[in-house]
Amino acid sequence: MPPVETSTGIERIAAAFTGHGRRAALMPYLMGGFPTIDDSVRIAQAYIDGGADLIEFGLPFSDPLADGPVIHGAAVEALANGTVIEKLLDNVGPIAQQVPTLLMTYFNLIEIRGVERFLGRAADLGVSGLIVPDIPLEESAVLLGPCDDHGIALIPLVAPTTPDERMARICAQARGFIYTVSVTGTTGERTATADGLAELVGRVRKHTELPVAVGFGISDSGQASRVADVADGAIVGTRLVREAGEAQQGGGDPAPAVEAVVREFSAALA
Amino acid sequence: MNDPEVTMRPVSRLGAHGPMEHRFGEYGGQYVPETLMPALAELESAWVAARDDTGFQAELHTLLCDYAGRPTSLYLAERLSEHLGYPVYLKREDLLHTGAHKINNALGQALLAKRIGKSRIIAETGAGQHGVATATACARLNLRCEVFMGEEDMRRQAPNVARMRLLGAEVIPVTAGSRTLKEAVSAAIRNWVETVEDTHYIIGSAVGPAPFPAMVRDLQRVIGDEARNQICDVTGRLPKRVIACVGAGSNAIGTFKAFEPDENVELIGVEAGGHGVDSGAHGATLTAGSSGILHGSRSSVLQNEDGQILEAHSISAGLDYPGVGPEHSYLRDIGRVSYFSATDTEALDALQLLCKLEGIIPALESSHALAWLLANPGGDMDLLTLSGRGDKDLAEVLRLTGDDDSPGEVG
Repeated sequence: MPPVETSTGIERIAAAFTGHGRRAALMPYLMGGFPTIDDSVRIAQAYIDGGADLIEFGLPFSDPLADGPVIHGAAVEALANGTVIEKLLDNVGPIAQQVPTLLMTYFNLIEIRGVERFLGRAADLGVSGLIVPDIPLEESAVLLGPCDDHGIALIPLVAPTTPDERMARICAQARGFIYTVSVTGTTGERTATADGLAELVGRVRKHTELPVAVGFGISDSGQASRVADVADGAIVGTRLVREAGEAQQGGGDPAPAVEAVVREFSAALA
Repeated sequence: MNDPEVTMRPVSRLGAHGPMEHRFGEYGGQYVPETLMPALAELESAWVAARDDTGFQAELHTLLCDYAGRPTSLYLAERLSEHLGYPVYLKREDLLHTGAHKINNALGQALLAKRIGKSRIIAETGAGQHGVATATACARLNLRCEVFMGEEDMRRQAPNVARMRLLGAEVIPVTAGSRTLKEAVSAAIRNWVETVEDTHYIIGSAVGPAPFPAMVRDLQRVIGDEARNQICDVTGRLPKRVIACVGAGSNAIGTFKAFEPDENVELIGVEAGGHGVDSGAHGATLTAGSSGILHGSRSSVLQNEDGQILEAHSISAGLDYPGVGPEHSYLRDIGRVSYFSATDTEALDALQLLCKLEGIIPALESSHALAWLLANPGGDMDLLTLSGRGDKDLAEVLRLTGDDDSPGEVG
């Protein structure tokens, strides 16, 4: 991978999808500030040590409409613990230097800071991409140009409900990769990989040359392996947030607990 | 009656409305997960087709008149007028079937859901009035109904929970956060993300992603259209001021819309002042909030400096919401509507006064509009929308006024 200073976030993401040496890239998600800011930073490091190719770093929002109860609950707890966004961002830099890091948050947290100021800060931290699940195509203009100016990839989401014609328009302005939501639903663990995943990924590929990563509902390594059969990347969120919460509640250290799980996922993609 | 201002206008024919606005100035929009976007597009085109369809219009009109009780009366509140020293007219939405204006919207959207082939309906509710209205519309139109309601609101509005269940709806308790309306809306939206293929979400107010704010407004504007004609008919002139309570704002936008072109009519929205706007415990989104994004649209919201949405407080479950319909934010910014607030105590006093003067028990929500009027008498002629009746609030009112002598309850 080229040094951070001379490559944009978009380039770093592309390199992560080609340089992993496995069937698919692994992108674990964490909720910043959960259980505490320090723990979440150590969790990110555990993800890297466990084999993460990219990291999706969540900034907690009080009213996350795309998230199921586990990630929503983690956001509520992070905020109850006094997590403030600026302080959390102070901790993102060291992670973003190691692997391409994408911030995942809702638009209100960006807008209240000002799009330009938020992206400038993210770029200074070395952030590679941005995932904003409440910014669909129709609202994306306010972010896309400024993200391009900062070399930050604005990752679009597509869903099983997205018709082909719309998918084409989404893919036409995509940067980084296509975040393919595998289920009609919010984030959360599902017992079986959604039927029609191959068909959905195939539909996405008709409209883009970019990598296709699949998220929402991947809860075990078997599912991750099946995702790797058809897609270029697997995104794992709720399972890991739940592991972190359970480890902490049991009086243990969440970092080694999640590292073990990330290793399992990583092996499944080999 | 040569003044063009007092010319009567036809009560709104749905098809006569203009385009469905996605934005009201900088407010509104569609800030929702991609999964919902195709459903919103489908909803908008279905609504545009339905409102221009004379068959749909006729069916809705018949339901609103014969079933729900429209038109509602415009009532000259004589003893209240005497108390204030000038005439005050009440638009009696409290007389509607199910006890509030919510039925106007619920019947319209349920009929639309049926038209587009959705067999399951979900709704959120705060005071329970929208939940009851939706459960009622679903029973009448033979649709499955599930209502999301915060646990705290279920406690405050127990009779409405029983009514919804009796009407065949399932009431799903929401235990997140403040366990009130904000969390109930979030839970309903999340459920809709899961079930969008066979489910329509009947949102209860002129909030949410486009096309909901414009669609709900169009379904509620019958309030103001009727009231304007009635007051012109009875008095030969327009009122000096038109006053309505604002939680998320559907009865207010439905009232104001007809009077918006009447430049000499002052439009006044009254929000929940809670324990007082300076206390931090209130629902005064337009008077004390700032621009932000909540539940799919940009509007005025209550939030901290970090962008996290705050919990609202109001004695009235229907006003206990940290957001407001985007069109209200726009009408505030352009100066067409003025927004004020009334506190819990003022609303409770106003409720009791109207009971004694007029023999009308108003909803705690509507009592906020009354409270503001009592504190700010105009002296000319006012029209106030009484959005709902207060039967649902009796337990809470008796608890707070200390008149409750039932065992086990301390006031």
